[in-house]
Amino acid sequence: MDPLEALVAQIQGLSSTPGDIARLHVILKQADDSLRSESTRLSSVLAQLAPSEHSLGFLYVLDAFTSGQISKQQAETTVPIITGFINACNAEQIRLAPEKFVLVCKRLKDQVMMLEAPIRSVGPLFTAARKLQLSTEHLTPLHSDFLLLCLLAKCYKTGLSILEDGIFEVDQPRDLFLYCYYGGMICIGLKRFQKALDLLHNVVTAPMSSLNAIAVEAYKKYILVSLIHHGQWQISTSLPKYASSVAQRSLKNFCQHYIELANSYGTEKIAELEAYVQTNTEKFENDNNLGLVKQVVLSMYKRNIQRLTQTYLTLSLQDIANTVQLNSPKEAEMHVLQMIQDGEIYATINQRDGMVRFLEDPEQYKTCEMIEHIDSSIQRIMALSRKLSAMDEQISCDQLYLSKVGRERQRYDFDDFDVPTKFNI
Amino acid sequence: MDADDDTCAPITDEIRANGGGEQRTRRPIISGDQLDIEAYASLYSGRTKIMRLLFIADHCSDEKIGNPSMKLDALRMAYDEIKKGENTQLMREVAQKINGRLGPSYELDSAWCDTVDRRAEQKKEKLENELNAYRTNLIKESIRMGYNDFGDFYYAHGQLGDAFKSYVRTRDYCTTSKHIVHMCMSVILVSIEMGQFTHVTSYVNKAEQAPDALDPITAAKLRCAAGLANLEAKKYKLAARKFLETNPELGSHFSEVIAPQDVATYGGLCALATFDRTELKSKVIDNLNFRNFLELVPEVRELINDFYSSHYASCLQYLGNLKANLLLDIHLHDHVETLYDQIRHKALIQYTLPFVSVDLNMMANAFKTTVAELQKELEALITDNQIQARIDSHNKILYARHADQRNATFQRVLETGREFDRDVRSMLLRSNLVKHDYNVRHLRKL
Repeated sequence: MDPLEALVAQIQGLSSTPGDIARLHVILKQADDSLRSESTRLSSVLAQLAPSEHSLGFLYVLDAFTSGQISKQQAETTVPIITGFINACNAEQIRLAPEKFVLVCKRLKDQVMMLEAPIRSVGPLFTAARKLQLSTEHLTPLHSDFLLLCLLAKCYKTGLSILEDGIFEVDQPRDLFLYCYYGGMICIGLKRFQKALDLLHNVVTAPMSSLNAIAVEAYKKYILVSLIHHGQWQISTSLPKYASSVAQRSLKNFCQHYIELANSYGTEKIAELEAYVQTNTEKFENDNNLGLVKQVVLSMYKRNIQRLTQTYLTLSLQDIANTVQLNSPKEAEMHVLQMIQDGEIYATINQRDGMVRFLEDPEQYKTCEMIEHIDSSIQRIMALSRKLSAMDEQISCDQLYLSKVGRERQRYDFDDFDVPTKFNI
Repeated sequence: MDADDDTCAPITDEIRANGGGEQRTRRPIISGDQLDIEAYASLYSGRTKIMRLLFIADHCSDEKIGNPSMKLDALRMAYDEIKKGENTQLMREVAQKINGRLGPSYELDSAWCDTVDRRAEQKKEKLENELNAYRTNLIKESIRMGYNDFGDFYYAHGQLGDAFKSYVRTRDYCTTSKHIVHMCMSVILVSIEMGQFTHVTSYVNKAEQAPDALDPITAAKLRCAAGLANLEAKKYKLAARKFLETNPELGSHFSEVIAPQDVATYGGLCALATFDRTELKSKVIDNLNFRNFLELVPEVRELINDFYSSHYASCLQYLGNLKANLLLDIHLHDHVETLYDQIRHKALIQYTLPFVSVDLNMMANAFKTTVAELQKELEALITDNQIQARIDSHNKILYARHADQRNATFQRVLETGREFDRDVRSMLLRSNLVKHDYNVRHLRKL
């Protein structure tokens, strides 16, 4: 019997119970090479298998099918096959062969990029990532690819939905770096600067033994977003102590221009800041950060206006323009209007007198919604601290940890324990 | 309605006038006269008189009030004073500064210089021989006297470093606490002249720790010295306290360093710049001892009283008048600007404190500035968080603003919750990474 046909029969037969599937898995691993050699006949094989029941088999065959070089026309046909498979496949079965699954998805990504239609794979990869995850806190290599495709296809909201899950378990640090970096960029695109800051902060402070390019790029964006959101950046307080020593020492050397930008921002002179941006436009453009830099300049105006709300109750538009170094009262009015609409300040503009009246934050913290918000925050934080203590316990029972700590532990005094020395570790 | 108007009108007039109107004030405002150099110089003796006169001569050309005749007067008096002493170095300096402008009798008298120098050489030899003799005899008291004489000699000739060293050497030979105090006083004097005020502080402490009780005059002298040291170190509050504790028995006993008028001025200004209202009342206005000093400088007394009774315009006017003369003072010169700024800021803050709303026009009137200037000053103070208020720039009113504690607390709580959330999440993530990394390395090792 044709080995391929025998394999197909086995796949179809052994795909029902978990015990069968385990056996099937073994068989498939052995048959992997032979599958690759017969790649031409595989498309017909694929037609015979149903992706939802024979997921594991389908996966192996698909992997062999797509392993060679694929041209653009061929990609047109393979992309739907792969997307169909992803949507229909059985999650437990594919979790048995995660690397193959990831490989198939990566090929999907390449083909889709070749076809220049990244949006075609946004949905499928989202499903794929969800199916591969062991839990919502688990990070798979698919996450970073998914986010990259979201960025290219400009589907920021879909990307955001996956970012909402907190990630705690990571297989490969490199996945995390890419995930956080792309995630940061998506949040910047949606103007959720605090979340972007958190994600970029994770990249920059992650433990790493040697500097990588992702961290450098992330650091540049981190500086810019920090300026936009917090309005300050000090080199001395930039990296906390838990950041790796490599990062603390070397990151600044690669981001010299950004640090100088931050220093000139700190002087609070808009003219200087703009001059600096003008002279260095090319460099910022090379890093694809020019848009962000422009937002930084804009944020300086905002910050100056916000400072005025602390000192004045009413102020004429002319005075605002003078204090904030804008060119005319009209510009000042535009800025203030924009800020009111964005909810960054509370004010009313009196056009007849050319006056702006600054109001207090109307939030009184007395509504039901506020109480619910506080209550849910409390619950969330309690869950988090439970998780923290659980993790602490888990580590203190971990074998590796105990062996390392035990070796370095001080010898007990004789008074503490009545144990003969030969029994100490 | 009419009855109310009658009673309200005087009070509102009083507030509006704020001590500014001529006919309202009960005390006349004395303009700070141009400094009478002779009177000023007569308060001091010894080297400090010369140094002060030279300082005035150097600086009075900068001031608008100063005129060339004042400068020449100062130089002339300095010359006369130096001639009475034995300091040839200073003589040469003064002669150069005079530059022949005062006529032939005030030129560099080389003959006098040579005589003095020769005499100095002889005296020095004599002193050295005596000291050696004493040292071989090992009589403690005589050695101490010998070093003391050396110190005095060097001091008279302007070699302050050597004088300092000699005085310090007497320390090993001091037997009674009186000796120690004498040594400390000499060292303090030399240090003040040298401008090394860290030594002053340490030796003042030493003297105060001497076992026997100090007589009031010495105690007062030590307080003054400590006050001066603090003033130079810009610790105005401590300086004020020291000056205020000075005993009025000081009189003119410390004229080699400081006059009682100076004690009053320095103490008063520093206190005004740094004390709050209660301290100002208890330690300055109600201080009977200090009142004796304040009688000597009525302008300072008036200005402190005006500040306390919120007549800011007259207070600031006194300050303005005194400024020119204070800038000619050798110790206060560098600190006048800072002290004045601090006093002005305090006045502004104190003015706004009791009110819920303040009309900026009235306030500008009270402080004799324009509304625009006043607004700028207030803005700086508000940004600095020294005044809790907001400005209504349209109607030119300042409204007091008290932070809503309840809202602020809610905001802080939510913010803390968010920060905790963020930090713990990233911490858990990082620990996972480290664990993973460690596992991988461990597996690789196995």
